[in-house]
Amino acid sequence: MKNTIYLFAYGLLFGLGLIVAGMSNPAKVLAFLDVAGAWDPSLALVMASALLTLGLARYLMHRNNDVADREQEPSAIVPAGVDAKLLVGAGIFGVGWGLSGFCPGPALLGLSAGVLGNYAFVAAMFAGFWLFRLLHQR
Amino acid sequence: MNYLTILSALAGGAMIGLSAALLLLTHKHTAGISGIAAGILPPWRADSVWRCWFLAGLLASAPLYRLGGAGIPLDLDASPGLLAIAGLLVGYGTRLGGGCTSGHGVCGIARLSARSIVATVTFMLTAGITVFIVRHLL
Repeated sequence: MKNTIYLFAYGLLFGLGLIVAGMSNPAKVLAFLDVAGAWDPSLALVMASALLTLGLARYLMHRNNDVADREQEPSAIVPAGVDAKLLVGAGIFGVGWGLSGFCPGPALLGLSAGVLGNYAFVAAMFAGFWLFRLLHQR
Repeated sequence: MNYLTILSALAGGAMIGLSAALLLLTHKHTAGISGIAAGILPPWRADSVWRCWFLAGLLASAPLYRLGGAGIPLDLDASPGLLAIAGLLVGYGTRLGGGCTSGHGVCGIARLSARSIVATVTFMLTAGITVFIVRHLL
């Protein structure tokens, strides 16, 4: 039960962070990606702040040996080093991100706003997850 | 960018980083939203449960934030059809590439993973190019 409350709280904190940072709005994300237009660099600060916070926490955890070997790659498949899958996958993701302004977190968070295009995006995203499993995990 | 934008970007980023740090500390999981979300597709395993609670927290963040009286801007310019295509690309691409903005861009870079740095540069580039084509060439 305690476990569950923690996980829920972490997800909540993550979501509130996205909202506070403005990343939950695709228009703001697109303004960050539109370097040639009215560029909004603030999302670089979001990433820098997240990296600094997590980096510091990781440093403290490592000092206390709290980061175990069990830590996983953010991946279903875990190839060592950079390969074609990584490059092609990241490249395809970027195109989808640039077309919409949505990456997975903000898209899921936005569901409660009840916008049709948001539903379409999330449904198709899960279809994409499933397509990957169908094509590459047999 | 005014001071408020900078401050909220830094605060939001720190919240995202803190959430990822706590998930790592107490559960040894990576806070990569695409990986967490893809893991709730059937077949269900014991491993699916923690993902659901984290995502439940993420989904709850928007209604809870609204309870505080503030609105959450959500401006989606693209049509539902285009958003569905974007969603499919994001879903498939993040699985093939092994992560998204959070998994590679925050968690991966925070542990100085070469894969994650390359992936992040790649999806930032293709997203930027996509936005440039859509907004300035088409």
